[in-house]
Amino acid sequence: MFYREAGQFKTSYEADQSLFPIRQDRIGIAVLLLIAFVLIPLTANDFFLTSIMIPFLVFSLAAIGLNVLTGFAGQLSLGSGAFMGVGAYAAYKLTSIFPDVNVIFLVLVSGFFSAAIGAVFGLPSLRIKGLYLAVTTLAAQFFLEWCFIRIPWLYNYNASGAIEIPKRDMFGITVSGAEATPLARYFVVLAITVVIALLVANVLRGRIGRSWMMIRDMDIAAELMGIRPLQTKLLAFGVSSYICGVAGAMMVFFWLNAAEPSSYSITLSFQILFMVILGGLGSLGGSFMGAAFIWILPVFLKFIPGTLGIDIPAETVEHLTFMIVGALIIFFLIVEPHGFARLWQIGKQKLRVWPFPY
Amino acid sequence: MNFKQFALGTAVAVALGSSGFVQQAAAEDSNYIPLLTYRTGPYAGSGIPIANGMSDYFAMLNERDGGIGGVKLNVEECETGYNAQKGVECYEATKGKGALVYNPYSTGITLQLIPKASVDKIPVLSMGYGLSAAADGNVFPWIFNAPDTYWDGASVVIKYIAHQEGGLDKLKGKKIGYLFLDAGYGREPIPLLEDLAKKYGFELLQYPVPGKEMQNQSSQWLNVRRDRPDYMVMWGWGAMNPTAVKEAVKTRFPMDRFIGVWWSAGDDDAAAGGAGAKGYKAMNFSGVGTEYPAIQDIVKYVIDAGKSETDKAMVGSTLYNRGVLNAMMVAEAIRTAQEKTGKKVLTGEDMRIGLESLDLTAERLKEIGLDGFAHPMKITCEDHAGSEPVFIQQWDGAKWNKITDWFEPMTDVVRPLLEAAAKDYAEKNAPWPARTEPCPN
Repeated sequence: MFYREAGQFKTSYEADQSLFPIRQDRIGIAVLLLIAFVLIPLTANDFFLTSIMIPFLVFSLAAIGLNVLTGFAGQLSLGSGAFMGVGAYAAYKLTSIFPDVNVIFLVLVSGFFSAAIGAVFGLPSLRIKGLYLAVTTLAAQFFLEWCFIRIPWLYNYNASGAIEIPKRDMFGITVSGAEATPLARYFVVLAITVVIALLVANVLRGRIGRSWMMIRDMDIAAELMGIRPLQTKLLAFGVSSYICGVAGAMMVFFWLNAAEPSSYSITLSFQILFMVILGGLGSLGGSFMGAAFIWILPVFLKFIPGTLGIDIPAETVEHLTFMIVGALIIFFLIVEPHGFARLWQIGKQKLRVWPFPY
Repeated sequence: MNFKQFALGTAVAVALGSSGFVQQAAAEDSNYIPLLTYRTGPYAGSGIPIANGMSDYFAMLNERDGGIGGVKLNVEECETGYNAQKGVECYEATKGKGALVYNPYSTGITLQLIPKASVDKIPVLSMGYGLSAAADGNVFPWIFNAPDTYWDGASVVIKYIAHQEGGLDKLKGKKIGYLFLDAGYGREPIPLLEDLAKKYGFELLQYPVPGKEMQNQSSQWLNVRRDRPDYMVMWGWGAMNPTAVKEAVKTRFPMDRFIGVWWSAGDDDAAAGGAGAKGYKAMNFSGVGTEYPAIQDIVKYVIDAGKSETDKAMVGSTLYNRGVLNAMMVAEAIRTAQEKTGKKVLTGEDMRIGLESLDLTAERLKEIGLDGFAHPMKITCEDHAGSEPVFIQQWDGAKWNKITDWFEPMTDVVRPLLEAAAKDYAEKNAPWPARTEPCPN
């Protein structure tokens, strides 16, 4: 009843091929964008913006990046954290060398460095698959992390070994550095995330995306039908690393303000991978849901005891959060191994036939 | 699973979560001190005694004196797990409640907070850690790292080694190994050590220990065995310390030539080496033991009263007392700020004035029941570190004993380097805000 597209006729091919062919989806997306661009900026406090929304968007974008590679092109990767780091360090170097260039432009450019390195580490994917490929991307993770620690040029020879983001203005508004208001940073992160997500959504349903999915589903058949595995796989690695790189640069420029190499460690790679798996492999919406689950839920959980007036020591709350989130991950994967995206699909189907399920 | 139940459950969970989001308003008649602690994760071994020491001292002040200047202290812990992202999250969650000062207890988190401090007008007290260059109060008016920076510490170690050898000129040709946690924390002292190596002609051998491999240092110690350094200096934290002491015992390195920084001076760190660890040395600037009236008060008002989660055996250990020292500095800064501003309930800006005017004399230390617990310290507008003297303590197999008198750091070498580093930091982070805060002294 709620989700019935009966009566929505398409009179042109364009309408039939549009990104959101169902009216309810269009309304839903418009409402979400309205909330993100208007409601949240009007109502949210600084904590909500800086500790929940900005990280959530950054992680969503990183999860989209990994989803392109793992979910759509079928290449398992454990190096996404390091590729994010490449973006961050590239953007940092770029802004130190060209302090007057618009920082958003630099963040977007830094993704290309990440894409190039991602493509290089994607080369083994032509020969090896699955878990074996995961091991080579793991090598990328460790090698790049080593570079972040051992090449002092990357962090401008700072004694601390960390990169610290200077203040940068855009049209008279400070967007990076400690003085940037959470709102300005939120808008930048939101805009970049939404634009890249829309671009990726369009790439995925076109020729390139379809060739990725062909490679994922059966690479020999895809090759026989004229898909070139070399270009397709490397393109997937490149695009995925580009998105991860931009996410990584945003992470340090608009969220953390300073980053040590350990910020881009294997833990981050796993975090992103869990977001993708929980959200749903091969689903853009799932990337957002996965990121929300992994990042926002623990923050919410931490506040529950305080609100209910229960006095629990901080570390117990932390342990409890770990346990609850862990249990929920297992629970959701048992209930729906294909992730939240699949749950949402089932939900849509239920809504469509409600109240007369068959 | 029934879909309806599932949807309902999710909705309830989300509603519960979001309702928790309303921030509790800060109580009007108290001074709010957030404590970024870590009782979980790989650094919990060092984090727990410090967290206990700090919260117990504040709890004691509340119980015994009813707070400071008649105003209760509202202390809240936030668990960071030594993770910089969580540290920033804790900072954002607590700064709106009228936080007076932050004690991040992590160089990584400190680095994140340094640029924020001047914007949010909340000072950061990184007691004996963090960015050494922050000692320059003209560049970093909001950051305090009294009583000593890492560079002070590194200079004291070299001075102590020279003392053992019979003079600074005897350092020539000696090999000094530097075992450090490969993170901002462990890398901080390297520029100074390299500088001193050049100056005094000793060879500095570096043995970095990656954070995720700090419990497996066999390769580093194999290199130590090969290089045979005359002395080993360690900048370790968390699980790295006991592992290093164990490995040193295993490699039969002479323990009295193995010297740790004040953060490697924990009781558990040394005890891990068993009987072989006897002779291990470490720098320290806070007293050990429980024979101080203030610590006795903690036992009486807080621990025996069952108002703390501290194990009584932990009281008096090096890191516990370090936490007490940190809490005492915060408390004294609050008292100073109350005197200076005439206000009872303070803000971050008042607290900055209090910290900048902090003058802990020997008489004052005696008055608060911590006579001889720490060296008298004085913070000025220019010097936020104080570069106070440090002593060396030695592990006798069961407890730490102070074996030297107070050692002055080589301020003449350290200070110019600190100022150069502060300038460098400001340039790299240009445009760095110039100091506008007037000097309260």
